[in-house]
Amino acid sequence: MASLIAGGVDCDVHPAVPHLTSLLPYLNDYWRDQVTTRGMVDLVSQSYPQNSPIVARPDWRPETGKSGESLKDMQRHLLDPFQLTHAICNPLYGVQMVFSEDLQAAFCRALNEWLVKEWLDRDQRLRGSIVIPTQSVEKAVTEIERCAQDRRFVQVLMLVMGDTPLGKRAWWPIYEAAERLDLPVGIHAGSAYHNPPTAVGWGSYHIEDYVGQAQAFQTQLTSLIVEGVFAKYPRLKMVMLESGVSWISPYLWRLHKFWRGVRMETPWVDRAPLDIVRSNIRFSLQPFDVPPEPETLIRLFDHMQSDELVLFSTDYPHWQFDGQDALPEGLSPDLVRKIMIDNPHATYPRLT
Amino acid sequence: MNVQFRESLEAASPQTVKTAIADCDIHPARATRTELYPYLAKRWQHHLEVYGVHAYQGMMEGPPYPKAQPNASRRDAYPPEGGPQGSSLPFMQKQLLDPNNVQFGVLNPLNTGQGIRNHELSAALCSAINDWQIDKWTSKDRRLKASIVVGNEDGLSAAAEIRERAGDKNFVQVLLLSRNVEPLGQRRYWPIYQAAEEAGLPVGVHAFGFGGNPITPSGWPSYYIEEMVGHSQCQQSALASLVLEGVFERFPKLKMVMIEAGFGWAPSLAWRLDKVWQRLRSEVPHVKRPPSEYIREQVWWTTQPMEDPERREDLFDVIKWIGWDRLLFATDYPHWDYDEPSRVLPAGVSEANREAFYLGNAQKLYGIAA
Repeated sequence: MASLIAGGVDCDVHPAVPHLTSLLPYLNDYWRDQVTTRGMVDLVSQSYPQNSPIVARPDWRPETGKSGESLKDMQRHLLDPFQLTHAICNPLYGVQMVFSEDLQAAFCRALNEWLVKEWLDRDQRLRGSIVIPTQSVEKAVTEIERCAQDRRFVQVLMLVMGDTPLGKRAWWPIYEAAERLDLPVGIHAGSAYHNPPTAVGWGSYHIEDYVGQAQAFQTQLTSLIVEGVFAKYPRLKMVMLESGVSWISPYLWRLHKFWRGVRMETPWVDRAPLDIVRSNIRFSLQPFDVPPEPETLIRLFDHMQSDELVLFSTDYPHWQFDGQDALPEGLSPDLVRKIMIDNPHATYPRLT
Repeated sequence: MNVQFRESLEAASPQTVKTAIADCDIHPARATRTELYPYLAKRWQHHLEVYGVHAYQGMMEGPPYPKAQPNASRRDAYPPEGGPQGSSLPFMQKQLLDPNNVQFGVLNPLNTGQGIRNHELSAALCSAINDWQIDKWTSKDRRLKASIVVGNEDGLSAAAEIRERAGDKNFVQVLLLSRNVEPLGQRRYWPIYQAAEEAGLPVGVHAFGFGGNPITPSGWPSYYIEEMVGHSQCQQSALASLVLEGVFERFPKLKMVMIEAGFGWAPSLAWRLDKVWQRLRSEVPHVKRPPSEYIREQVWWTTQPMEDPERREDLFDVIKWIGWDRLLFATDYPHWDYDEPSRVLPAGVSEANREAFYLGNAQKLYGIAA
């Protein structure tokens, strides 16, 4: 395996909310009363069943409670041994599944407050992503603007599967705010389950949903590119989190071919999709879905024709690799430095 | 999109044009609205006149995403005697089969009885299309072979249609579309796979169709290009379902062909399936081997529309990972994104691989004598 270097940035770690009741201190009286009176239960998404093998590495799984709920564990498992300068916290709590925009906005605000008090205030290496109430673009922008005053929030966080494709114009005020406030928009694996998790309907299995995340990322990239998000907001960066990486080049070859064929349909797309991805889109490293032969890996990175696309991530505490082997074999020392340090800093302006 | 590799245009050798080829994706069309009526009972003729066709999407005529060309077809493919592109055998012979030396062509009719909410009507239309393929096409030109079109949402009647046609040498495969009411691995479709395996016929899964699901996992996109690019994502989800439901394990002699959905994504999907299967295989104990093995052994891929990298050699890495023995050349005639046979493979491909790609793989898969 390629050697990790000190001073890296982990762009995808997952602190866990122990239970919905953990957010009660961050809700106002009305919502606290709603949660308790109505007997609301913990918001656990189907995307990440707590006992699924992929959701926590065996040696990172605590004896009790959810994996990722203890800061001490995160320090011991990750921040210290990997010698990270920063880790970006992407809470995967099931607030996106909520349908009421009022309830969702209250939960998102509480979740972001919880992240500040329980994590960011307790370890200077940690940075946060702003979880937004996607049932209301207006409320989402308000939450972005509120959180952005704290420079430790370095990103806006959305899920890859929501109510409508992410390039749709209705979402654009979110992207305007993100660009204005130097916040990349992170798109993380997962679904609100407001649509079937594949484009051909509901499958049967957890494994099917997990494999299907990659296809969801592909359709979202198409939407973001052809709707013209990056023509309108050229400084906006988007980061595909837990997306997989081996599909990137063949996907782009196909998109590029059709763009050449029917670009008259979307004339505002004034640059080739390949170029848009190189300037505006980044991908987190794990889960690294390339076979273990270094020669295959070298060909795949060569297909990307750029060493700036991939950002280091462990996906802690998810089980994507064992031991310290977060970096696949075959990466050159230069590429390791780009992935672990240079690319994250170039992507996240607030990482200082 | 006739041009695959800009640099190779000048180098394309005229001799490669004349090499005998198989075309594994040809779309025959009806010349008139009522061309199927002779094959339909009076009841269904009446139904079509009064109620029309109710698909799993709202448009009574035409597609929900307007195509980039009329009928999504080449503007030079209108037959001189009238009718839409692809509706005339003589003109297809003149424009496609003769000049390209197509030795063997597979017909994949679209806009048939698939994706219709009334499953009885669906079965009747599919059966009519199958009769029509023999009468209008395969009996008149022996190079052409038909696909058994089945009303797949009712697996039992679909299986009955396959059994009725089994052994008829006019037919070389069973045809499904990629987007259905459920992912294709689901049990409602298993009678189709069982019947196809018994009949020794590959099952082709052609991109397209509407099954009532939004065509992305985040809902309905805006543009035709999103639908077009998205066919590869739909096909990936359909194939993942087939693997993870254990269809290939349960029907080990079943062969499937992924048609018009690209193939560049195949290695990546197989790697991803393998990696996740290692972690989560206890959920799917019926998937006994690494998913990539089922795909390598039981899945073939038509070539059109071939992915278009900036550096053409990149695509050959992908073909190597899939296997040169699994690709089936296709033009998609008369559709606008037709791949021109003489310009698909540049110089530098070995003669054996070139022959397999253009003809040999298709002959072996479909049991057509060389």
